[in-house]
Amino acid sequence: MADKIATREAYGNALAELGSKYENLVVLDADLAAATKTGIFKKKFPERFFDCGIAENNMFGVAAGLSTTGKIPFASTFAMFAAGRSFDQIRNSIGYPHLNVKIGATHAGITVGEDGASHQCNEDIALMRTIPGMVILNPADAVEARCAVEAAIKHEGPVYMRFGRLAVSVINDTPDYKFEIGKGILLAEGTDVTIVATGIMVEQALIAREMLEADGISASVVNIHTIKPLDKELIIACAQQTGAIVTSEEHNIIGGLGSAVCECLAGVCPVPVVRHGVEDTFGKSAPAKELLEYYGLNANGIVERAKRAISMKH
Amino acid sequence: MDNKILKLKRTANDIRIGAVEAVYNAKSGHPGGALSSADIFACLYFSELRINPESPKDPDRDRFVLSKGHSCPGLYSALAHRGYFDVAELKGFRHLGSFLQGHPDMKGIKGIDMSAGSLGQGFSCACGMALAGKIDNKDYRVYTLIGDGESQEGQIWEAIMFASHYKLDNLCLIIDNNGLQIDGKVADVMNTMPYESKLEAFGWNVVSIDGHDIEAILGAFDTARATKGKSTAIVAKTIKGKGVSFMENEAGWHGKAPNDAEYAQAMAELNELAKNLK
Repeated sequence: MADKIATREAYGNALAELGSKYENLVVLDADLAAATKTGIFKKKFPERFFDCGIAENNMFGVAAGLSTTGKIPFASTFAMFAAGRSFDQIRNSIGYPHLNVKIGATHAGITVGEDGASHQCNEDIALMRTIPGMVILNPADAVEARCAVEAAIKHEGPVYMRFGRLAVSVINDTPDYKFEIGKGILLAEGTDVTIVATGIMVEQALIAREMLEADGISASVVNIHTIKPLDKELIIACAQQTGAIVTSEEHNIIGGLGSAVCECLAGVCPVPVVRHGVEDTFGKSAPAKELLEYYGLNANGIVERAKRAISMKH
Repeated sequence: MDNKILKLKRTANDIRIGAVEAVYNAKSGHPGGALSSADIFACLYFSELRINPESPKDPDRDRFVLSKGHSCPGLYSALAHRGYFDVAELKGFRHLGSFLQGHPDMKGIKGIDMSAGSLGQGFSCACGMALAGKIDNKDYRVYTLIGDGESQEGQIWEAIMFASHYKLDNLCLIIDNNGLQIDGKVADVMNTMPYESKLEAFGWNVVSIDGHDIEAILGAFDTARATKGKSTAIVAKTIKGKGVSFMENEAGWHGKAPNDAEYAQAMAELNELAKNLK
C-alpha cells in the first residue's frame, strides 16, 4: 500500500497534471490556494489561475460567467464556504442554468481537525444533493480523487467534488480500478449485510468487513464515490442479496449518503438500513484522528451497526 | 432632433409598452424597474451591443447581464423588439407553457446571456465573462445592470473589487439609480449613496448621467469603451415607473401589476408619448 495522501493533495496534483491536456481549464480560489492545493496548479499555470480573495460568493458567480464562454472553471474553497456560504450562488448562478462549473470543495467533514466546528462541514452533501442536475463526487483516496477530477472535466454540467484535509490510505491502486460517474464499486461480496460507504469511510468499511468475518458475518462492501446520481441499481441489488444495509460517511447522518440510500430503497426494497456518520451534532477542535475515534467514525462503529441491521432482518 | 436619438426614444417607448403589457397579462411582475431601465435597454440593444439575433450564441458577441433580474419585462420587451422572439410572446410572461420566466432564464430564452434573479449575483457572472474575454484576448464587451437597492448586497462590492483588481476595462456596470426599493426610499431603507466616490475609491472610472437622456447614455457608453485599464460604472439617475404617471416615483409599483383601469390609463399615456415621438 502506498504512502498516505490527502485527497485535496491529489486534487491539486490532478489539476496541474490535467491543465496541459485541457486548455480551457481555469482555476479560481478564495485565498486558500495553499490549503486547497490549487496552488500546485497556480505554480504551473499562473495565467490560468485567478485568486478571488476572501469573497466566495463572487468567485462562484465569476466561475459561472467563465463557463458561459466555454471555459471549464474549477472554483475552490473549503466545503463550508462553498456548499455552506455560497449555497444560493451555486443553486441560482450554477445549478439553475446547469453551467459547466466544477466546485472543488476541500476540508470537508470533521477531519479538518483542530480548526473545529466552524470549519468542519458535515452538511455539504445534504445541501448539494437538493440541487437538480448537480453531480456529487466524494472520492475515497488519491487514486479516486484524480479520476474524479478528470471525470468532472469530461462531464458537461455542474459537479461538486468533496476532498479531505487528512492524509488517507490509497486503497484503489489496483490494475482493474475504473471510475465512472454514477457507478458504485462493489469491493467485496457477502451474504448477510452490505456496507455502503463513501469517502474516507470506504477504507474503514473494508476493515469492518474483516472484523465481521471473524465473527462469522459475511458482508458486501460498496464504494459510492458518486452520491448523485446514485447507483440505485447496485444498491437495490445489494439490498436484495443481503437484506440489510449499513451506510457510512464522514457527514451528518441527515441528508447525506444514508438518506440517499434510504430514499433509493424506500418503496422498492425496504430492508433495514442503519446509518453511520456524524450523529446530527457539530464537531470539535482536536487532531483529526482523535475526532474520528471520538465520533466513532471507524470500523468498530460500522461493525456495531452492521450487527444491528442484521438483527432487524425479518 | 437627431434621427437616431428620436428612433431610440421611440424604441424605449415601445419597450415600455411591451413591459406594461407583459406585467398586466401576467397579473404580476415588476413594472417600476422595467420602466426606469427602458431607455438603457433601448440604447444597449439598438445601438451599443454588438449582437445578432440570428446568432445569439456567437462567442464574439457583446454580452448583457441583467443582474436586477426582476426588471426582465423591460429586457424581454427589448429582446422581442430586437427580433429575438415575437413581440406577441410577451403576453405569455409568467404563464405556464411560456418560456418567459418571472426572472431571466438563459436556458429557455433566446438572447438571455445569464440567468439571474437572486440579487447581487449577475454582476459577478458578468465579471467572469469579462475575465474570459481578457484570457482569450477577445474584443467583446460585457455590460451589466444592477439596481440601487441591489447594491445593498455584499456580493456587489465583492464584484466591484474583483473587476478593479483584474482591470476589466471590457466590463461596464450600469446602476439604475431610481432611488426606490420595495420598503421605500433606498436612502431610508439602507443608504447606498453616494456611488461615485465609493466606486472611485474602489478604482473605477465613474460617469454620472440622467438615465432617461438617450444622448447621455450613448455618450457614457462611448466613454466606457474608450477607458482603458479600469472598469467603467455608469450611475444612471432614473425615475422608477418612468413613462406612466401614476407609477412614477412610487415604491408601491416595484412589484405590482396594473388593474384593467390602470392598464388602460398606462397604455393611453404611453401611446400619447409615442405620438409625440413621430
